[in-house]
Amino acid sequence: MQQLLNQLIQEGYFHGAPMELVYAGFMLLAAFVVLSFFVAPLAGITSWLERRVWARIQSRVGPNRVGPQGILQWLADGIKNLLKEDIIPTAADRRLFALAPYVVFAGFFATFVVIPFGSQLIVADLNIGILYLLAITSLVVVGILMAGWSSNNKWSLLGGMRSAAQIVSYEIPAGLSLLTIVFAAGTMSMQGIITAQGWAPWNWFLFYNPFTFVAFFLYFTAALAEGNRTPFDIPEAESELVAGYVTEYSGMRFLFFFFAEWGNLYVIGAIATTLFLGGWQIPPVTDHPILAGVLQFIVFFLKAYLWVFVAMWVRGTLPRVRVDQLMSLCWKYMVPLAFICLLGTAAWMVIWPQGNRLASFFMFLIGLGILGLFLKRVSFQIRHARPVLYLKPYI
Amino acid sequence: MSAVGEYVRDITETVTTVFEGMAVTFSHLVRRPMTIQYPDRIPKPVQETLPLRYRGILEVDMDICTGCLACERVCPISCITIGIETSKETKQRTFTHFDIDICKCMYCGLCAEACPTGSIRHSQEFEGACYNPAGLVRHFVTEPVPLYKPKKGGETDPTLAEKVETGLKYLDEFASPEKGGGAGTEEG
Repeated sequence: MQQLLNQLIQEGYFHGAPMELVYAGFMLLAAFVVLSFFVAPLAGITSWLERRVWARIQSRVGPNRVGPQGILQWLADGIKNLLKEDIIPTAADRRLFALAPYVVFAGFFATFVVIPFGSQLIVADLNIGILYLLAITSLVVVGILMAGWSSNNKWSLLGGMRSAAQIVSYEIPAGLSLLTIVFAAGTMSMQGIITAQGWAPWNWFLFYNPFTFVAFFLYFTAALAEGNRTPFDIPEAESELVAGYVTEYSGMRFLFFFFAEWGNLYVIGAIATTLFLGGWQIPPVTDHPILAGVLQFIVFFLKAYLWVFVAMWVRGTLPRVRVDQLMSLCWKYMVPLAFICLLGTAAWMVIWPQGNRLASFFMFLIGLGILGLFLKRVSFQIRHARPVLYLKPYI
Repeated sequence: MSAVGEYVRDITETVTTVFEGMAVTFSHLVRRPMTIQYPDRIPKPVQETLPLRYRGILEVDMDICTGCLACERVCPISCITIGIETSKETKQRTFTHFDIDICKCMYCGLCAEACPTGSIRHSQEFEGACYNPAGLVRHFVTEPVPLYKPKKGGETDPTLAEKVETGLKYLDEFASPEKGGGAGTEEG
């Protein structure tokens, strides 16, 4: 992206214009393009898919009326929310109330800066990519606290406080498990981490050693908690807090919170893919740069979306945990385990500085074994259930 | 040591139960949803799947109605109004109107029980929504119809005979308490 702009400047397309303005304009354009052609449809379709997947898990059908199989449901919902009245309660702190959704949204959207969709397709390959990610996602807490406080409503405040406590706590296991990968890769740059892995599964950091294998699941769990997803959705627990910090919001501002939530799901998947699952690495099948770029994008997208699907599936499976359970899970189990993973990886690197290929392959086989065991349990469940099989994805 | 054992057991239990739960929910992804997508995406209309004794909106078969007014008298909320007039010359009695106000009807089934020929009966129809309450008044007589007179020794006209048989079958199934399972059957 930057090379293209530099080339355009050298060819004299923006002759006489101040460089800062050109760069700023270009960045705005890039943000606009990414937002309207990638993030918005992605978040929308994720919202629809989540409702469909969730419904099928509960033996329901889900939204299937708007467009083929209801795929345009998100557009209908979005337009409806745009047309709704934007209510600001009289007792609310107007400025904070109006600003909060955009802070939350900015915290989520800014993560797209360092997400590598391909070897060339990245906005900025920061050398502190992971640090940037951890820092910028913490902005979401500020927005949520703002929303909870400014609504001047007990449920909003409780939801905001719970959310802040939760995100701050789970930042630690998430950060520690990301740090194991930083150890193994020796860099914080997202592209550097991906190039340290290979296209083959046994070259991924997921199977680097037993500790990174555990760290992956720790990261995924902590990321779900940070994204306020079920089973950790106590900040917006419907049964106790109405809707938590979004209780007083309506119309477009309400939509922004959920836009960020569903988009954040993809960001979680993308980070997990980058750090543990080899990112955009593809087998050396083509030398054509554009074709390779498209393949890389597809591979990355599918890997990331797999984890979006898993998050939906977890949401359909697990009940909401209590506040004290949430905290004990984080501090008593996940933080010590994350430390063990970190120290284990460090020790591993002292013994095998280049990594142990045999151990990686063995871990890969263990992963396959777990998958096989899982499929065996699924087939057992299918055989012992009354409802008939229905393998079509549509109804 | 027991604390450590408990700690490890907690972790294993969490992992294995989540694993098993995920298997259960995944198996549900490949099962047929239970939802019946009323009204449009169903193999056949719901009306056709309802039993004969279902108490839907009332219907009257005017061809076998004897004009005995039993239904009008028995109706607890007078939603049935019947008009009969006798011609001066021929002494022929005809219906001038036979209206049932579906708005008032409470689907008690007393009229269907009282009917000697089974001409008034509950249909399987239940979709009566309309924009005006007046549209819910069912008019069964558009032009004057003569009353039906049951013949001794059975009906001879084949079309009428079929209708009489339908009515009697309905009575057997629905309205006659002695047959068992009827609307009036009560213990003691």
